[in-house]
Amino acid sequence: MRRFSWFNATALTLGFAFLYLPMLVLIFYSFNKSKLVTVWAGFSTQWYGELFRNEAFLDAAINTLKVAVISSTIATVLGTMAAYVLIRSGRFAGRTLFSGMIYAPLVMPEVITGLSLLLLFIGIGLDRGILTIVLAHTTFAMCYVSVVVSSRLMTFDRSLEEAALDLGCSAFEAFRLVTLPIIAPAVISGWLLAFTLSLDDLVIASFTAGPSATTLPIKIFSAVRLGVSPEINALSTIMISVVAVGVISASLISKRAAVQQKRDEQAADRAAG
Amino acid sequence: MKRFTLIFIPYIWLAALFLVPFLIVVKISLSDTALAIPPYKPALDLAQGWAGLMAFLGDLDFENFTFLAEDDLYWKAYLSSLKIATISTILTLLIGYPIAYSMTRAAEEWRPTLLMLIILPFWTSFLIRVYSWMGILGQEGLLNQLLLWLHVISEPLKIMNTPTAVYIGIVYTYLPFLVLPIYAALDKLDDNLLEAAEDLGCSRFKAFWLVTIPLSMNGIVAGCFLVFIPALGEFVIPSLLGGSQTLMIGKVLWEEFFSNRDWPVASAVAVILLLILIIPIILFQRNQQKQRESEG
Repeated sequence: MRRFSWFNATALTLGFAFLYLPMLVLIFYSFNKSKLVTVWAGFSTQWYGELFRNEAFLDAAINTLKVAVISSTIATVLGTMAAYVLIRSGRFAGRTLFSGMIYAPLVMPEVITGLSLLLLFIGIGLDRGILTIVLAHTTFAMCYVSVVVSSRLMTFDRSLEEAALDLGCSAFEAFRLVTLPIIAPAVISGWLLAFTLSLDDLVIASFTAGPSATTLPIKIFSAVRLGVSPEINALSTIMISVVAVGVISASLISKRAAVQQKRDEQAADRAAG
Repeated sequence: MKRFTLIFIPYIWLAALFLVPFLIVVKISLSDTALAIPPYKPALDLAQGWAGLMAFLGDLDFENFTFLAEDDLYWKAYLSSLKIATISTILTLLIGYPIAYSMTRAAEEWRPTLLMLIILPFWTSFLIRVYSWMGILGQEGLLNQLLLWLHVISEPLKIMNTPTAVYIGIVYTYLPFLVLPIYAALDKLDDNLLEAAEDLGCSRFKAFWLVTIPLSMNGIVAGCFLVFIPALGEFVIPSLLGGSQTLMIGKVLWEEFFSNRDWPVASAVAVILLLILIIPIILFQRNQQKQRESEG
């Protein structure tokens, strides 16, 4: 019944061209010799060289990675706890407020989140720097983690946990030995999501970063505000390539796992039949 | 005891770093600008006890909100943000629906790849994706060069630094958010229903209109809100692509805070933006709830 028509082919071709052409153009022009980004003057990798000699960018990149690793790790722990509380703890005082505080940051405009955290940090006299960015990123990222993890917890067969408890596990052992291995894929994708959100964030970081610590997006933003720059094209190319390699290999791995599972099931069927 | 700790830690974290900061914004939006550090008054002096609290509350007023209501700039910024967010949501839907629909028509073995191609831009830096249009839309950008070379136009179009560039930027960056929920809804659709509609005399177009569209409504609504809500408070896209002509409230808030250093007005702008967003957010939550119920 499902027919793949000319209309479908056109929609997909145009749609993916729209999604990918701007990025391909960016990558193409990062190898341009000319400083003028719209005039092709021959192949060159000089902008990559300049980029790696630019210490301000390297410092910012290191700060960004530090913030992303620390905040996404704390956010994963807190977010998993929050998800567990939401799905498993039943009723407790202030549950509505709690779930509100989990979902609200997801839809809160970044400018408001940034502004409110900055006003808090100034109010309690906390100097702005790496620490304040980590606190800010952890807070919004833990909400994303808890949404990802709680959707996995919802479909999870609770009798497995109960069996572990009946067999003499403590609540923590049951969590560590039964629940955690089963929700692990969701916890890992939660961490990756938190990590990417932190790497990406410009607005909240701009509010909460002090003069002592800038992140890569802040650096990129102040550079591109003045116009297109070949160095930023080179930087973008590196970032796009890393993401592409990551996403493509993740999807290949999951595809292989699916194929393997199918094969195992067929083998089991044959053995049974 | 353990259960208590488990609830307590994330609870306190969110209360301290989400709820309290938000209350501070509300409080500062009711304060007055002052030439001091921090640049607003009154400051709450807890040492004076009850009297201090009353004096503090007495000094709060709605002056900033009256100021916002009287100044044209803010009205225009809110209205223009609403207009830009609405139009770009519609444009994203018009472009995204055919993509999602065609993805479900593709051969089974192609679908994971297509899905990956939709998700990949989502993992790529937002800032870089917006930036990538700067080289394309500019006066001497690639689009103008191409159109001039093809003799479609005789002089370069001015797209960069206009609302058109902002529409393109929003549609481009939020397209995956709209395609994914619609794809998920369409993928579950039972083909027998379409066959039945055609057997009963519907044309293919009519079957699409009467069966496919209503059955993917949850996905459409979810996708539209996922574009509309962030687009309304958007800052990066109007400031990189919109130029000084395009007025959006996220940019106004940013400038009020960083350029004018008027914290009370910036906070008042934030409070009103949130009040505007409450309605779409509640509608979005209700739609999600309905979807969960219909599935569960």
